[in-house]
Amino acid sequence: MKEIAIVGYQQSDAVSDAGAQNEVELIIPVLSRIFEQVGITNAQDVDFVCSGSCDYLQGAAFAFVLGVDALGAVPPIKESHVEMDAAWALYESVLKIRMGHADSALVYGFGKSSPGELPIVLSQQLDPYYLAPQWVDTISLAAMQARMMLDRGLITERDMAEVVARSRRNALDNPHAQLKGDVTADDILAEETYLSPLRRSDCCPISDGASAMVICTVEKAKAWGKPYAVISGIDHIIESHNPGMRDLTDSVSTRKAAENAGMGKGKVDVAELYAPFSHQELILTRALGLGDDTNINPSGGVLAGNLMMASGLSRIGEVFNRIVAGDAERGVAHTTSGPCLQHNLVAVLDKGEVA
Amino acid sequence: MSDENEMITGIEVPIYLKYNFTAGAAPARFLSQLKEGKLTGQSRSDPGAPVYVPPRGSCPATGQPTDTEVEVADKATVQSFTIVHIPIPGNPIEPPFVVANLVADGANISFIHLMSECDNEQVHIGQRVQAVWRPEEEWDYSMDNIKYFKPIDEPDVPVEHIGKLPVTGLEG
Repeated sequence: MKEIAIVGYQQSDAVSDAGAQNEVELIIPVLSRIFEQVGITNAQDVDFVCSGSCDYLQGAAFAFVLGVDALGAVPPIKESHVEMDAAWALYESVLKIRMGHADSALVYGFGKSSPGELPIVLSQQLDPYYLAPQWVDTISLAAMQARMMLDRGLITERDMAEVVARSRRNALDNPHAQLKGDVTADDILAEETYLSPLRRSDCCPISDGASAMVICTVEKAKAWGKPYAVISGIDHIIESHNPGMRDLTDSVSTRKAAENAGMGKGKVDVAELYAPFSHQELILTRALGLGDDTNINPSGGVLAGNLMMASGLSRIGEVFNRIVAGDAERGVAHTTSGPCLQHNLVAVLDKGEVA
Repeated sequence: MSDENEMITGIEVPIYLKYNFTAGAAPARFLSQLKEGKLTGQSRSDPGAPVYVPPRGSCPATGQPTDTEVEVADKATVQSFTIVHIPIPGNPIEPPFVVANLVADGANISFIHLMSECDNEQVHIGQRVQAVWRPEEEWDYSMDNIKYFKPIDEPDVPVEHIGKLPVTGLEG
């Protein structure tokens, strides 16, 4: 099977409101930076393009089609889209390369969540007959999940506050982060609750922005002469859409995806976990069996900025950045979709040969 | 429970979502200029780059930003057209009427607008037309500031030249 490498990753700043920019205007600056990073002109220089976005976020039908205007699609290109986080666009691109239909791919995701009321908008991803008509928002569902964990004694509110404080401090070194600061768990615990037992700081912020990645065969990466990381495993597993059908205090799908991706075959220096709520990082850390020898969310994770439809790809990009910088040899990236960690993707990245 | 299950043929589940929608910086600029009675497009800064009306902020051919504003004429050429025999809901225009793909002088892509003050059977590709604007006090951020395009007495543009003309008609 062809080995697949990541050769470039870029993301915009996570901002609370991107103002007047439309999707093309959000995407272009990120793509121009990644084209420069990889040393190509535009999407004509890769074999395949796949993007992830969701039109519900900004309330614009077929926004992803308009996004193609950022690519340079004359003459026409091979292009695809997932109405999901761009991590799944990466997954599609990996399959495309493994099947021999492409040697290189551009993957990008974008999200402009500020125009709508995101937690309410996301209620419409629930089952349309029972849950969606109740307008059950994502924060309420996460709060019920946190309540179960606290009630069973699996975590404490201080554990959650420690997750937030570490995110804020780690984000100090992340130029794209929206929320950062030298705060302690005591500072967090001093906040009043928002949707009990969650405090505002336990919830990821609403962010606008985009991210992009270029992947290719290892042979192509060597030909391009770029430093790279190898995607040594990737898998995704989904659970029931009905929150009552699953154990919300665990993430079985994450554990299985990690097993299938081969995470256990070596040490994990760094992990980037898509945990939109502080207690979910604890669920994921336990599901993956990560210990003190793993640096968890050195970027600050999505508590520092949550680019819907792009932050999953960004988790993989953040691990890539640390591997090519020499800070880590092997890492794991996790992405989630749906309420209460319903659908999870795990990618394992390894250091490539020195270019 | 009755012995026979009642067939449910539908439930009412209204969805209301509120958005503060933005068109984007380039379309917003286009609409602002329309309010001033000007048709504008955008192009890349390099000479000879195509002019897009309306602009969306990028050159779709290359993926590069279009950072140069170009004012185009309110004269245009018919690139294609259709004669519509179905009324538009909420629109006072009586069928049959003409909807045309028009390329403004100085632009390289077409936009869609209405044609009127014409004999529908005489409308043809390459025909020259000009905007009929609403009174200035009615201008808004809208392409409706132009009521429709009407034919003008200028020679037809050969098909191969449509969308490739230099800017004309800006003088007066």
